[in-house]
This record gives sequence, C-alpha cells and structure tokens, in this order.
Amino acid sequence: MKVLDLLSFSSGALVMHRLRSLLSLVGVAIGVAAVVVLTSLGEGARRYVRGQFESLGTNLLIVLPGKVETTGAMPGMGGAPNDLTLGDVEALRRGIPFAKRIVPIAMGSETVSHAERRRQVAIVGATAGFLEARRLAVAAGRFLPESDMDRGAPVAVLGCDLARELFRADNPLGGLVRVGEWRMRVIGVLEPRGMQLGLDLDDLAIVPVASAMRMFNRRSLFRVLVEVNSPAQIDLAKERTLAILAARHGEEDVTCVTQDSVAGALAAILAVLTLALAGIAGISLSVAGIGIMNVMLVSVSERTPEVGLLRAVGAQRGDVRLVFLAEAGMLAVVGGAVGLILAWVATRVLELLYPAFPATPPAWAVVAALLVSLVVGLVFGVLPAMRATRLDPVAALSRQ
Amino acid sequence: MIRLAHVWRTYVMGGEELHALADVSLAIEAGEHVAVMGPSGSGKSTMLNLLGCLDQATRGSYELAGREVSALSDAELSRVRREMVGFVFQSYHLVPRLDAAANVELPLVFAGVGRAERRARVAHALEAVGLADRARHRPAELSGGQRQRVAIARATILGPRILLADEPTGNLDTRSGRQVLDLLGEMNRAGLTLVVVTHDLAVARRAHRVLHLGDGRLVDEPGGIAGAGGAEAGR
Repeated sequence: MKVLDLLSFSSGALVMHRLRSLLSLVGVAIGVAAVVVLTSLGEGARRYVRGQFESLGTNLLIVLPGKVETTGAMPGMGGAPNDLTLGDVEALRRGIPFAKRIVPIAMGSETVSHAERRRQVAIVGATAGFLEARRLAVAAGRFLPESDMDRGAPVAVLGCDLARELFRADNPLGGLVRVGEWRMRVIGVLEPRGMQLGLDLDDLAIVPVASAMRMFNRRSLFRVLVEVNSPAQIDLAKERTLAILAARHGEEDVTCVTQDSVAGALAAILAVLTLALAGIAGISLSVAGIGIMNVMLVSVSERTPEVGLLRAVGAQRGDVRLVFLAEAGMLAVVGGAVGLILAWVATRVLELLYPAFPATPPAWAVVAALLVSLVVGLVFGVLPAMRATRLDPVAALSRQ
Repeated sequence: MIRLAHVWRTYVMGGEELHALADVSLAIEAGEHVAVMGPSGSGKSTMLNLLGCLDQATRGSYELAGREVSALSDAELSRVRREMVGFVFQSYHLVPRLDAAANVELPLVFAGVGRAERRARVAHALEAVGLADRARHRPAELSGGQRQRVAIARATILGPRILLADEPTGNLDTRSGRQVLDLLGEMNRAGLTLVVVTHDLAVARRAHRVLHLGDGRLVDEPGGIAGAGGAEAGR
C-alpha cells in the first residue's frame, strides 16, 4: 500500500465522522496550544529578566560593603564592616588599570523642590561613568562632568518624570533645585527609561558622589561598579578588588557580585519553571491522546466488517494496522497544526497587551509540540490499531 | 484447482470441541461451477472461508492451484487471496463512505497498483458489470442488485482464478438475483472457477455439480436436487 493511498483512505474515514474527528482534533489543538503558550510565557519571563540585567551593563562587577556570610562569633566585635570609601575607589582605580571604568555610587532619598513644587525621590550620587555603566542616555543638556570624584559640584541631572513634575513647561536646564538643604543647578535631563531592577530611573536625581555623601552625611558608599572590557576579565578584576580592599581594610569585608552570576541563577530558575509549565501542558496533551484513543476504539468497533472486507480483498495485518495508525496520526498532526495557529494568535495578543514582555514561543517548543502530538497520536493509536489488526477476518465479516 | 484432503475445522467452545468441518475431502477442477448446499450451521460458510484462505484448517491438507496452503503465514495467505481468490458476500460488504469506483479500486490499492492503471482497470471492471454510469454513486444510492454487481466487479478486479460467492442472491429480488447469476455464469464460462454457497435450489441448478454438507460432513445427494425436503428423507 502506497503512502498517498494510505493517507487518502484514512482521511476519508475521518471525514466520514466529521464532528467526532473534529472534537478529538480540538482536544489535541488545545493541548499543543497550551504547551506552546505556556513555554512562551516561561521563555518570555527568562528573556525579560535577562534583558533587565543586560540593560544594567554587561561585564560588570558590583562591590558592596559587608560580607555575605553568617558569623556567629562574638557579636559586636568586628561585626560592622569597614566603610567603602572614595579612597578605596581611588585605590581600585590604581590597582586595576585594565578596568574600563570604576564608578562609586551613593544612594539616599531626599526632597527635591523647585519654586512651590516638591517631590520626594531617590538621590543617586555617582560619577560621569555612571551614564555608560547603567546604559543611560541624556535627553537634554549633559551628564555629570568628568572631574575629581571628591569634588562635589552643586549640579544635578534629573530623571524625565521628575524634571517634568518640577518644571512643568519651563526648561529645566540651568534652573535651580533644592535637594534637601542644598541648592543645585540642573545640567541635564535623562531619557525615559522606566523601572530597572526596582529603581525608577525616570524619577530620580543624580548628583556628584561627593555631594551626595555630604548631603546624607555618610562615609560609606552604597556600591562600587567595576566595569571591564570582556567577561574573561571579570574573575581577575574580582580577585584584585578583593585583594586591594582586604589590604586596605585589614580583612576581607566586601562582597563582589557579578551580574552574570545573578542573571545566570535567575535564568536557570526560569528555565526550570518553563519546563514545569511545559510538563503541565503536556498533561493536557496526554488527555487529548486519550480522546484520540477513545475515538479510534469506537471507529474500530464500528468498522469491524470493513476490516474483515479489507482482509478478504488481500490486505495484510500490517496494512490494517497502518490504516488505523494513520488515522490517529492524522488527527494528532492536524490537531497539532491547529494548536500552533491558536498559540501563534495567543502570543500575538499577549504581545499587543504587554509589549514589554517578549512572549515569543521558543523554536524548540514549536517543534517539540508537533513531534509530541504525532507521538501522542501514534502511541494512543496503537491500542485501537492492534485491536483492529487482531480481528479474525471471518468473525469480522460476519459482524453486521 | 482445489484439493481438500481430510480437512477438519474445529472450534473450541466452552471446553467442548465443535467440528464445523469434519473429514472433508473434495476436488474442484479449474473452470468448474460448483454449488454448495446444506442447512444453516452445516459448515457451508466455513468451507467457503477456508477455500478463500480467510481461515485455515485445523487438520488436513488444502492444495490450491498445486500449492499447499494449509500452513502459510498471514502475509502469504493475504497474497494468495489477492492473487487467486475473489469474494462475493450476501450483504455485499461495500464500504459505505466510498463510491462504487473506490470500492472496486480497493484490492488494487492494497496490491500497490499505480493510480493511472487503477483508474483504467476500475472503469473497465464497472463497464463489465454494466455500471459504468454509476461509478460516482455511493452504495446507499444503489439498488441491491447494483451493489452486488459492484461487489462482483471488486471481487474480479485483480483477475482471480476462483470466485467464491456466499448466498450472492440472498438479499435480492428474483429479477436482480437472476441478473447477478447471469453475470456470474458468464464469468464462469470465460474460465473463472465458481463456488456458490446457497440454499436456493434455483441457484444450485445452474451449477455443474452440487455438494451437500450436513453437520460439517459431505453427504451424498439427499434424494436428488428436485426432492423438496429430501434432506430429512436421506438421513
């Protein structure tokens, strides 16, 4: 029996019972669509998180004061970590000449006001390198000037929302704002950027790091960003940083986080989540398979005389098995194709509703869903096909 | 053409052995027209299925066209059926969703014959049974006699040596029954070996020879064909 003949004979049988075939086909379609959409969501979450980290800047080593470890010995003695100071940053700059840039960051919250309007926002103390390290862009004016970092010039760069709230229609450039007790001149406004890892980059003020530390009366920096030129340099930079700071502080009391390790850990978690979602959707696919099996069993018992006749006109057992397997396979594959179309529509709708969320189905999920639906059809088609194959032709013919 | 020697077909039912055929020996020559008669349950259909290689003997030997077929595998039997035997059934056994042409085409499909050749042979076969204009009709749109003629076209499309007919006129009125029998007779005269199972004397009378079965055994002609109720008298 030729493949084309097999397909046309089997599809004829499916078309005969339109509604029945359609319903079991819909079952498969829903299963496949569920697999593809859910894995798209998982994959989308993974990419979203990764995108967030990439916007943070790659090849970045983040140094924070304090050691992330549990110490049980003698509370109060050597418990408080040494400050991370601008002097430390200077030492790092000297000690790690291959670093692309090293940016100290101080953080606080303060009321910013202009004329009658005031607004409580995050204040970031940084240097000129912050712009590049955080992949930001200036919409108007300029960013913090390159200058000695311990010189606290009275200038500020505003996030776009903050600038609009304070100055409304006026041009903020050159305008004066009060940041707490400090008067500062606005030299630039950032381009809209939105939330980035919990920090609203549109609603903040960036000032020179020395100004911020005086403003908050702090001696310790919040973070130090060390950016290198390639991922290969990260480990060396980390080693040097720890060594230099340990020498200056007399103990190892800082923590170095590479953004790769954080992003990698999150991506791994989300990959597992995606698999779990695919597994759950897989259950609905197997339920669809049982639907196919049910329909095929009914079909075999209805068409028992036909099976007898096929045998009488010279069909072998193998031919009969193929006929019924082909029917189950076709239900599954056509159902799978319809499911893919459903999934495509669903992800398009998701993209329209949440443009920031990249819910594109991964290629492996599409291929896997189709393959799995075919396998489901064949696996659940085996039992009915075997039943048809085992029919005794004489008994089958005499059944009316 | 056909040689049965001490053939038994035994079913086991509820631990009890049931002999559908018991020690049957017979020979049918090529081109013969043989009728098989007997009351229901006498083993007529069992014998026909056996002759057509749909079923196999429990014991004994069956030689078909000089070849011993009693121990062939399923695949070999399928091949023998395809090449040697055509079946015609009382209830036609047409596939309801397929039109007349597609029903006639079925044996060719399983024999792996190419599309173009199939079309030509189907047209020819339908022509031969006088149904060329009914090719696109489904069985439900055909009369009983037409359905049986489609079935005959299907049974003969691969050019079998033997045609086995099980009560071919059982569901037909007299007129279409006669048409079907005429068609079968014509094919027999053209060289086809014909075995017809029937309990209709009018059908049996057309045969060269009548075999009588009773309780799975061949019995002597029970008081002549014409003797109505002779079966009882003969025992």
